[in-house]
Amino acid sequence: MHKEAAIREPLILGHKTYHDVTEDVCKPIEDKAPRTWYILFGIALIIGLYGVGCILYLLGTGVGVWGLNKTIGWAWDITNFVWWVGIGHAGTLISAVLLLFRQKWRMAINRSAEAMTIFAVFMAGLFPLIHMGRLWLGYWVLPLPNQFGSLWVNFNSPLLWDVFAISTYLSVSLVFWYIGLIPDFATIRDRAKKPVSKKMYSILSFGWSGRAKHWNRFELVSLVLAGLATPLVFSVHSIVSFDFATSVIPGWHTTIFPPYFVAGAVFSGFAMVQTLMLVMRKAMKLEAYIHTKHVEYMNIVIMVTGSIVGTAYITELFISWYSGVEYEAYAFLNRATGPYWWAYAAMMTCNVVSPQLMWFRKLRRSLLFTFIISIVVNIGMWFERYVIIVTSIHRDYLPSSWSMHYPSHIDIGVYVGTIGLFFVFFLLFARYFPVLALNEVKSILKSSGESYKNAPDDHHPTPDPEPTPVAAAPVVEAPVEETKEDVSPAPEASTDNGDVNGSSALIDAIGASSAEHKSDLKKLSGVGPAFETALNNIGIWSFEQVSKMTKKEYDLMDEMTGKFPGKAEKEDWAAQAKELMNN
Amino acid sequence: MADQVIYAMYDDDDVLKDGAKKLVAKGVKVEEVFSPFPIHGIDPIIGVEQTRLGIFAFIYGLIGLTVATLGMRYFMVVDWPMNIGGKPNFTYLENILAFIPITFEFTVLCAAHGMAITYLLANRTIPGMKAQNPDPRTTDDRFVIELRTSQNTQFTADELESMVKGTGIVEFEQKTI
Repeated sequence: MHKEAAIREPLILGHKTYHDVTEDVCKPIEDKAPRTWYILFGIALIIGLYGVGCILYLLGTGVGVWGLNKTIGWAWDITNFVWWVGIGHAGTLISAVLLLFRQKWRMAINRSAEAMTIFAVFMAGLFPLIHMGRLWLGYWVLPLPNQFGSLWVNFNSPLLWDVFAISTYLSVSLVFWYIGLIPDFATIRDRAKKPVSKKMYSILSFGWSGRAKHWNRFELVSLVLAGLATPLVFSVHSIVSFDFATSVIPGWHTTIFPPYFVAGAVFSGFAMVQTLMLVMRKAMKLEAYIHTKHVEYMNIVIMVTGSIVGTAYITELFISWYSGVEYEAYAFLNRATGPYWWAYAAMMTCNVVSPQLMWFRKLRRSLLFTFIISIVVNIGMWFERYVIIVTSIHRDYLPSSWSMHYPSHIDIGVYVGTIGLFFVFFLLFARYFPVLALNEVKSILKSSGESYKNAPDDHHPTPDPEPTPVAAAPVVEAPVEETKEDVSPAPEASTDNGDVNGSSALIDAIGASSAEHKSDLKKLSGVGPAFETALNNIGIWSFEQVSKMTKKEYDLMDEMTGKFPGKAEKEDWAAQAKELMNN
Repeated sequence: MADQVIYAMYDDDDVLKDGAKKLVAKGVKVEEVFSPFPIHGIDPIIGVEQTRLGIFAFIYGLIGLTVATLGMRYFMVVDWPMNIGGKPNFTYLENILAFIPITFEFTVLCAAHGMAITYLLANRTIPGMKAQNPDPRTTDDRFVIELRTSQNTQFTADELESMVKGTGIVEFEQKTI
């Protein structure tokens, strides 16, 4: 087994067993959604539908409803496109590049980061499509035999490269993501109790059984797809930057664009991951898996890529002067001091200054500060694209053509609408999909989990104090008391209390039983092996007993076991037990 | 004789690995291992060979590369040499720079999708397939070794059972199939 230095901060806090990992990730999916989820989903849906309305109006009326004019033929549409594609880059970078570098901290965030990537690329893809004006002719961008004779698409054009790059990127990310999801869907399938969800998840899991040969293939496929996705990530944003870099507009035709766009994409993508993760870990109680260390690692990436972006801005400025080309020099001078100086200032502050604050350890480990910076960075990155696109073309070669860009309400509606749609997708994902890569997190539990790391013996350390039912495995118990920091209380509390005090009232109410009449209490929702032992300790052995429980007994039981208070009542164990008895 | 299948369940991947090692050392053939996540190092013990999917991916990539090259040569050079600023595409080689991005993208597209499809077919994990894991807990926190008496004819079922039980299992199941 791979050993990790004890000095490294554990990636999984608390005393998690394999079952706890499953439980923590699957619970939010199996339980009823909290009210806040419905509220957020409602808001996102309304905003998204407003955006769809704006798009439909645009398609019905024409691209003229955007605030474009003769000089500024490209503004918010392409700005939003580049912004969303950029955000999309973090997911693949996390899952592919960090996989190649064997960074284990990726495992807590890769699943949701990839989901974010896919939804962000959906949103990005919308813009070129609606920007065609006649959406129903969108297939003209493909090299299809057609009725116009030998009229092929232009393979010399970066806009066509973009078509291939974005569609390859989207479909490959989707496949990569889904292949990782299959085993986790199988986990949910095997836990599902309701027939509809069981059916749905068994379709989604493709009948995955977890055979050794399948895992062998799984690992190779993940590795090769990561190897393919890595150059793909870099190529996609390079190609996006070619849309500008191959033109002859001062401020656009810059050879520095490809690397600088890629760094900017990673920069904004990680910021979006931070925004989403910081909320998600709280809402879904995943603090033990996504904690300060993960946030710190991501902040370091933000700091590095932010510095690359900052260096690129300054290089650009210097070269515009050093080149001696007046048009070029003017374009950059105008950006900083012309009518769009405020956009330039916003970009410089958000993208160059703010990531430098991450040099302070205290700041980059502060969750609130990170959350604020992550939003600031994405605002800055939107302005970066706006500055590059609009300020470069609003001063034409002919002063008589000089112009300004004012977005119409449709511009704003479409943009805000895509943010709404993005959150609609992401909230659905968080509700129905396993947000953590279960199988990957389990595979690092022993090398990077807190209790395993601090175990005194490294043969078969297991923190699980439950007695092994059949043959005793060589179990070495981990020290029970560990200092816990800002972790949610690990559900694996002491089970060996053997405390029967007060259980008489409970047993009187539900009737006594013993080990001979033992039922498999694990079939009740939320009961694992450890919880079952705890129940047995207080004298609950059979479904018959559980079926007689009411609110009073639930409370007594919660008091005695000290686990998941209110759970039994919420899940209505009595009804479940009745059903199980009849089966 | 009816074939007996034995499922030995473990609650720890390392215990399973040691158990499998012991069984194999005694000459037992382990038919299958079911686990909730990849157990590193189990493959050589139970005789699972390294997959050849990587080679397949390479071949699919080559196909993509060829199709993209031939396709763009036909579209841009043979069928309609596009004239840009008085500089038509007369040979593929002279214009190859403009074709590299799409060639690359298409190669990746074919390699990734070809490999993914082959992977799903090889595993027989296709929408609608039935799961075959012996216990629903094997996708959660349990690890199962599957043995078959027909593959271990040198041992009786009882001998197999006692050998398996000495490897730190938590549950044992025997079925006739």
